[in-house]
Amino acid sequence: MRGGSLWQLGQSITRRLAQSDKKPLSPRRHFASGADLKKTALYDFHVAHGGKMVPFAGWSMPIQYKDSIIDSTVNCRVNGSLFDVAHMCGLSLKGKDCVPFLETLVVADVAGLAPGTGSLTVFTNEKGGAIDDSVITKVTDEHIYLVVNAGCRDKDLAHIEEHMKAFKSKGGDVSWHIHDERSLLALQGPLAAPVLQHLTKEDLSKLYFGQFQILDINGSTCFLTRTGYTGEDGFEISVPSEHAVDLAKAILEKSEGKVRLTGLGARDSLRLEAGLCLYGNDMEQHITPVEAGLTWAIGKRRRAEGGFLGADVILKQLQDGPTIRRVGFFSSGPPARSHSEVHDENGNKIGEITSGGFSPNLKKNIAMGYVKSGQHKNGTKVKILVRGKPYEGNITKMPFVATKYYKPT
Amino acid sequence: MAARLLWASRVASHLRISVAQRGFASVVLKDLKYADSHEWVKIDGNKATFGITDHAQDHLGDVVYVELPDLGRSVSQGESFGAVESVKATSDINSPVSGKVVEVNEVLTESPGLVNTSPYEEGWIIKVELSDAGEVEKLMDSDKYSKFCEEEDAKH
Repeated sequence: MRGGSLWQLGQSITRRLAQSDKKPLSPRRHFASGADLKKTALYDFHVAHGGKMVPFAGWSMPIQYKDSIIDSTVNCRVNGSLFDVAHMCGLSLKGKDCVPFLETLVVADVAGLAPGTGSLTVFTNEKGGAIDDSVITKVTDEHIYLVVNAGCRDKDLAHIEEHMKAFKSKGGDVSWHIHDERSLLALQGPLAAPVLQHLTKEDLSKLYFGQFQILDINGSTCFLTRTGYTGEDGFEISVPSEHAVDLAKAILEKSEGKVRLTGLGARDSLRLEAGLCLYGNDMEQHITPVEAGLTWAIGKRRRAEGGFLGADVILKQLQDGPTIRRVGFFSSGPPARSHSEVHDENGNKIGEITSGGFSPNLKKNIAMGYVKSGQHKNGTKVKILVRGKPYEGNITKMPFVATKYYKPT
Repeated sequence: MAARLLWASRVASHLRISVAQRGFASVVLKDLKYADSHEWVKIDGNKATFGITDHAQDHLGDVVYVELPDLGRSVSQGESFGAVESVKATSDINSPVSGKVVEVNEVLTESPGLVNTSPYEEGWIIKVELSDAGEVEKLMDSDKYSKFCEEEDAKH
């Protein structure tokens, strides 16, 4: 075993998961000592349940519990999983002009969203590249609720604040509130809805994928979004932090142990199976939403009008097609990992893997990455270099595991 | 934990060796030798069998792939000859002794998980013909290895 230090191995695992946290200016966030790491409201709860805590984006988070990452990943799709994602940053934008304001920063048609509806979107920079991906919800015309990645918190908040100041100086009415008083939990899997229904009087069968409601769950006022990062039906629940442990306990109890506390290790396997990008791996500052296959997230009106940072670059890519595209791969041999080179059958480099691993549900290797446009069709045979040796693979469509989003029939 | 102790005693009686139990987590078998990179070696005349220790597999998590060397290839003490991949990371396996590879555990291609469930028995990785029996002296015995693991874990 390399290096002789298994603790270092644990660190290398988190290094892969924490790719999004690339900020040399705040070394405190990288492998900080236990004292420097932030703790969520569920920290003690995790430890009491056998959580293996590791540093992630400046927080001490559970990478797994007593069950293995593979078992945990399979259990999510068979029963369900409860994730502590309180490290992610939830915020509200309010004011008469909060919608036009946000539209200067994201590609979504925020104005076109029905109240109580949300979507995945991308914050762009002047070059059309992704600053972060985010789930935004238009609660009302004067209130938008959004969640951004933990590793991008400082960067995103600084970006929003800078633009908000400029917008306000021109007379715009917008303000924000960062929900540090709340904790975000994610409940995913086939048992998510039946279990959660035990804890609220609202009829969850009327809350479809992408929809949002503020309601009482287990005795406290929660923000509920029917969304997630696993491809399964499920919810993200923003609960006042002082009630987070009680809610977690209630969820686990109502499921009679079938829904398990699940860590970041399984979370990464699940999102990879669902073909979802991990910011920092599959999406970065230099990658546009078009290249990432998220053209669907660019509102139709926005494609015509622009009005967001980097619109000129993105609109041109929509016209001419991007030069690289994100695709899925199956491969033989060892799992392909981030930065593995992708070659065509003749040995010419055509791309690079950005995320990969062994799929516990499919029991085969899966990966995603970028290849030159023209080489991106499904079925294209490739060779993926792992530790210098080429292994057979082919391009395939994503998601790898069919999604089960709750949509009206 | 109880299941582990049962397994360890079964292994011990099968191999006719005694088991040194640590206070927590992993099993360290008494009559094996250990490298500080967490491989175990069983010497049998001029043949050696190795694999990774229980402590190693526990920290690694689910093993999904084992990269095995070719037969006949030479290995050197302390140098990498293959790799063990878990769900989230890859680790080189270093050879605890020098020699020539005479057998590899092909079963691991189909069932890499054996490294987790049976690291000292069915999860063995390769067998080599020793080129320098003296090298074994440089390895740790079970007591030293147990201590080494405890110190390593305690640091973090």
